[in-house]
Amino acid sequence: MTRILPVLTILLAILLFWYAMAVHMNAPWQTTLNTRADLTEVPFTTFAQQTWAQDKPVLPAPHQVITEIWNATVALELSSKRSLAYHGWITLSATLLGFAFGTALGVLLAVAIIHNDASDRSLMPWIIASQTIPILAVAPMVVVGLGAVGLTGLVPKALISMYLSFFPVVVGMVKGLRSPENIQLDLMRTYDASPWQVFWKLRWPAAMPFLFASMKVGIAISLIGAVVAELSNASGGGLGVRLLTGSYNGQTVQIWAALFIAAGLAAILVALVGSAERLVNRRMGARA
Amino acid sequence: MRSDLSSLQLYLALVAAGTGLAGLLAGLPTLGAAPLLTAFYALATLSLARLVMPWSLWLDLLLALLGAVALIASLPPGAAMPLHHWLALFSAWALAWLFVERLSAAIRRGRLPETGIGLIIPVLFGLALLVIWEVVTRGANVPPVLLPPPSAIWARLTAEVPLLWADFVQTFIKSVIPGYIIGCLAGLAVAIAVDRSPFLKAGVMPIGNFMSALPIIGIAPIMVMWFGFDWQSKAAVVVAMTFFPMLVNTVAGLNAASAIERDLMTTYAASYWQTLMKLRLPAAGPFIFNALKINSTLALIGAIVAEFFGTPVVGMGFRISTGVGRLAIDLVWAEIAVAAVAGSAFYAGVALVERAVTFWHPSVRGGRA
Amino acid sequence: MSDTVIETSFAKDTGPAVVRAEHLGLTFPTGDGDVVALSDVNLTINKGDFVSFIGPSGCGKTTFLRTIADLEKPTSGTLTINGMSAEEARRARAYGYVFQAPALYPWRTIEKNIALPLEIMGYAPAQQAERIKRTMDLVNLSGFEKKYPWQLSGGMQQRASIARALAFDADLLLMDEPFGALDEIVRDHLNSELLKLWDRTQKTICFVTHSIPEAVYLSTKIVVMSPRPGRVTDVIESTLPRERPLDIRETPEFLAIAARVRDGLRAGHSYDGEHV
Repeated sequence: MTRILPVLTILLAILLFWYAMAVHMNAPWQTTLNTRADLTEVPFTTFAQQTWAQDKPVLPAPHQVITEIWNATVALELSSKRSLAYHGWITLSATLLGFAFGTALGVLLAVAIIHNDASDRSLMPWIIASQTIPILAVAPMVVVGLGAVGLTGLVPKALISMYLSFFPVVVGMVKGLRSPENIQLDLMRTYDASPWQVFWKLRWPAAMPFLFASMKVGIAISLIGAVVAELSNASGGGLGVRLLTGSYNGQTVQIWAALFIAAGLAAILVALVGSAERLVNRRMGARA
Repeated sequence: MRSDLSSLQLYLALVAAGTGLAGLLAGLPTLGAAPLLTAFYALATLSLARLVMPWSLWLDLLLALLGAVALIASLPPGAAMPLHHWLALFSAWALAWLFVERLSAAIRRGRLPETGIGLIIPVLFGLALLVIWEVVTRGANVPPVLLPPPSAIWARLTAEVPLLWADFVQTFIKSVIPGYIIGCLAGLAVAIAVDRSPFLKAGVMPIGNFMSALPIIGIAPIMVMWFGFDWQSKAAVVVAMTFFPMLVNTVAGLNAASAIERDLMTTYAASYWQTLMKLRLPAAGPFIFNALKINSTLALIGAIVAEFFGTPVVGMGFRISTGVGRLAIDLVWAEIAVAAVAGSAFYAGVALVERAVTFWHPSVRGGRA
Repeated sequence: MSDTVIETSFAKDTGPAVVRAEHLGLTFPTGDGDVVALSDVNLTINKGDFVSFIGPSGCGKTTFLRTIADLEKPTSGTLTINGMSAEEARRARAYGYVFQAPALYPWRTIEKNIALPLEIMGYAPAQQAERIKRTMDLVNLSGFEKKYPWQLSGGMQQRASIARALAFDADLLLMDEPFGALDEIVRDHLNSELLKLWDRTQKTICFVTHSIPEAVYLSTKIVVMSPRPGRVTDVIESTLPRERPLDIRETPEFLAIAARVRDGLRAGHSYDGEHV
């Protein structure tokens, strides 16, 4: 309770601030509307409710967004092109595919790097440099380019997610696989353990906490990568497409609903990785 | 057999010489056409002499470079290259790898100095990528619409300097820098304000952590609606993206000072602000710089993506999206190259300041891990 | 002077030599020039000996132990363990090594930590269980099988690491300041337990320490070493009986040996250049 109360307080404050801002930001347009309709002397409470119920508000009130999410998920057929569940699933599948590839690639690269000096020296600087390149910014173009080769649908988006998510995994795993202290490596040497045994009995378990910490970062940016990659192709579907079409049509409620869904997905995915982490940690006897 | 070669090195040496010999044989009918390439084939085959005599690792580097130069010089214009050129590419690549293996082994054994020499390896790796890119795109006749060769991108880059500069100013100078500064300062200020109250801290930290994991970039269309098409909306996206990493890292960093260090300040009866300025902020330095580094890449991404949702007719994101539409892919790649250089330079700049400011931290003192 | 002592120890050889070092030297190249960690070390350790290595830091006592364990390679001289080279001995799993820190894996329970060398050496599960039980009894840790290392006190962790070294029945036990990080009271307790264990198992033990009472209390043979370059300055045969209650440390005999060790350490310190 002592941990939830502060969070709830802050959330409540944000909510109140949001409603206040909604009144403030939607007021000019509402005044125009009311003037057109010859409504004068509107009491403030009524006016506020009007600002929270506009069709294309500058800032939709939270309950409008929630209603839109409800209408676009539960109240709609799954196969409908307007269903957020449908678009969310498209984004989610690209995210998961890219994340799986990214994690596998990251682990493999980390294993190569810790076992071979030459690959450490040649790969590591470029892996770090690769992340200062704003690839996310050119993700839509990469998707278009891959589409020209015939790669369409899930795979191009998953490739972007992979590119983004392999990095934290490589960095984390290199750190993790190198985390055993000299004394522990010496111990394995006194047992005349094979490199294979050193890896599976020492390096790999020692790297587990690092792997999960990186996977939490990786899954979050996988999702971001998938959403941004979708901005290129308005017909492909996905949460990114909802953002794009919403912005073309001024459908602010639709944009916010897509954003909320993306946020919810991110939260669920990170929480899932987090609980997998706790499960593995408990198996490995980590301090509770 | 020489025993100073590891099995991987031996294997690479055999591959390099074998493909060299195969290339020599396959290219026999047209040998006169490309003397440089022929020389490379012959020398690569000769490198098998390493099995019976000392063979300097620098010879491998020279051979690999010769192979790269010969390949690029003999690329036929507008047609796919002969099959045996692929053998040359493979042989040169094996030689470069062999050189890198031997060089890092020499550094590890302390026979060559780490500083300076160690830099050759990543540079060579980058160079190899460029050469392979150039040879494969031109040699296999990949349509430039798909992936232009580096030489074409470079030509476009040098031809369009004024245009690229205008885009850079619009996106980087006008959007990224102000947004980055405002976002980071706001995150820092809120963190310090929140830090005084354990209750607020307990509330803000989970939300901040949560927000850092969200696709905040998605607010770009909303910001474009609110703040218009020009740089203000891009800067606003950058502010939103950089705020939370800075907030979370600073709050964590302000708790980094150890109990002993804080007790010391208590024994001096130091005021809150004295403790903050003399102990807790310096101790938070590595955390704050971590956020600054994360944010340096986030900021550029945020500004470019925000431009996809509407811009005046200038800006890196605008150029990229319209370039794709008009199939001017080499211009898109030139823009990507500018973005990559700008992003790396920004990151490197922050990292340099970090080294100067937090020189005392083990991660800086220790250098390479 | 030291050489004569070693000659006598050679002469008195009764059991077969477990460790035999002749003119052993080890030099580390560093940025500031070479550091001579071991210089001309001659030493024979017989089966069943409890040998302590004592000396100030930098005297090479830990380096010598690590050389026996094939964790460092000597640069000159010869070293045999059970008649084999150090590397062959390591491959034959001829010794158990106890480090300064317990070095238990935090993700394994105590019994799983003791099982680690058994897994690596390919023991069958039934054999593993039997050995874990036996060695945990031996170090008085029964009942703590399912605990994780961090749930145990420092002394218990170090006992677990001793059990781990005993699990695969190597005849030679190499201990590098195993109780250095523990407080005096726990250390006394573990010392007397170690003596009992040595008596029961008949193992040969090499024990690095920088505590004079600990060395005298435990050992049948005390090797005094001194730094710059690391070398042996004295080898003292203990006249104490095998059975040693804790209060033996107040007897004149004990104090006499302790005094001789102290003299040896002091002599090593003022040693200048007469060497070789």
